[in-house]
Amino acid sequence: MTPGPVLSVGQLHVRYGGSHVLQGISFEVPATGVTALLGRNGVGKTTTLKAILGLAPRTGQIRLDGADITGWSVARTAREGVGYVPEDREVFGGLTVEENLRLVGGDVGTDAPIVAELFPDLVNRRAQRAGTLSGGQQQMVALARVLLRDNRLLLVDEPTKGLAPKLVTEVADVLARVAETTPVLLVEQNLPLVRRIADTVVVLDAGQVVHRGSAPDLVADQELTQELLGVAMRREVRG
Amino acid sequence: MILLVVTGVGLGALYFLAASGLSLIYGLMGVLNFAHGAFMVAGAYAGWLTMRGLPASLSVGTRLAAAMAAAVVVGAAIGLVVEVALIRPLYRHHIQQVLVTVGLSLAAVAAVQGVWGSDAHPLEKPAWLASTTEVAGAHLPHDRFLFIAAAGLLFVGLKALLRFTRLGLVIRAGVENRTMVEALGINVQRTFSVVFSIGGAAAGLAGLLGGVYANSVSPGQGGALLIFAFIVVVIGGMGSLTGTAVAAVAVGLVQQLANYYAASGVGDLSVVLLLAVVLLLRPATMQGAH
Repeated sequence: MTPGPVLSVGQLHVRYGGSHVLQGISFEVPATGVTALLGRNGVGKTTTLKAILGLAPRTGQIRLDGADITGWSVARTAREGVGYVPEDREVFGGLTVEENLRLVGGDVGTDAPIVAELFPDLVNRRAQRAGTLSGGQQQMVALARVLLRDNRLLLVDEPTKGLAPKLVTEVADVLARVAETTPVLLVEQNLPLVRRIADTVVVLDAGQVVHRGSAPDLVADQELTQELLGVAMRREVRG
Repeated sequence: MILLVVTGVGLGALYFLAASGLSLIYGLMGVLNFAHGAFMVAGAYAGWLTMRGLPASLSVGTRLAAAMAAAVVVGAAIGLVVEVALIRPLYRHHIQQVLVTVGLSLAAVAAVQGVWGSDAHPLEKPAWLASTTEVAGAHLPHDRFLFIAAAGLLFVGLKALLRFTRLGLVIRAGVENRTMVEALGINVQRTFSVVFSIGGAAAGLAGLLGGVYANSVSPGQGGALLIFAFIVVVIGGMGSLTGTAVAAVAVGLVQQLANYYAASGVGDLSVVLLLAVVLLLRPATMQGAH
């Protein structure tokens, strides 16, 4: 039997002042694999992730494994298993790598097996202040700290933004590994990466869902990607 | 000169006691707590009442120690109650926060005046605390050493709390990015209550030691100390404990030196000038962690 969706978003609206950013979007995130949330700049992808977590003022309905979480606080939503990796990493620059991880992991930090396995570089940098790390290393901290908790769903916002091609590959590898056990809702502009790791896509435009479907089907259709995203898929995978 | 330095540092220690909680509260929660002066008055009066209520057969030093403990406990309790009852519903409403905390500070002074009168009440000191020690010809008042020791203990204790405990880790992370701490599933609300309580405890102790400094407690003493505490917090960089400590000592020294070398009263003006210079050179200091 196919499991139900881990996340169901129904008629989700977000308004900032006079701006109606999300205009009643509805979509589901399957219980396995990576769902990519795509769209041009400024269509509401990041706002969607923030609204799911409770960081944006929202109306509508959000269900996590069937439970209505719309009225939950940000902290409760996170504690109940929604992990969040924000667009700008937002690591705590004044804390060490170890402290960034222990903030979530409690008694475990860089000594957690998952850190040694997926982020070996962080083990060597455990005493370094996170604010002095490179963008790629900060991204690893942001990913590692959220993986120290058991998650039912991961919200990951543009994890490869501003990273060198080699690091894009490393981040993609990590996300692919994570998605083997935890469903991921991924906001990403890098179509080759989407092609590599995403199973399904949801495309937003002007605050509305304009396309849902299979990721391979979308990225294989150059006309459709051009129409929906304003970009054509290149043949070579970057990184 | 030694006398000026010791008295200046002693005054700075008092300012640090008053400002440390203010700085932590602003740094973590973004709350400009104008009721901090009320916490100081509560601590001062709790101490004074404790000294008055304990049997005279006990030594003054013992009663003062008990008074200091009472000031800390009452300050902490009031801080906790104010956070839970008045501040918590207003975290996203900064103007209302200011109105409520200013109103509370005025109401607290009026309440104290109503119950114990508006006159200052003498505060006993042990003889050793009222005396001096001669160093290189300077007679150094012992009470300044008490202020310095109390502030030093508070500074070390808060540093240890911030560095070595999980609560401290959450506070440091929260001062940097409160929203992200919540997004990681951590209940910042509980941390807010603890920080408010710690701030209240430090303010309560500052209030009583301010009474020791002035040899009396009075309803208006919190307001006077609060002004300098705010100046210290702004100069030190809102939310920075080390910055607050350095700024407190600098303000105390500037005040003492200006009063001595210029004229009595110039010290306060010098502190305001120091604040203006810091704001001109480093305007971002007003923003702190927020």
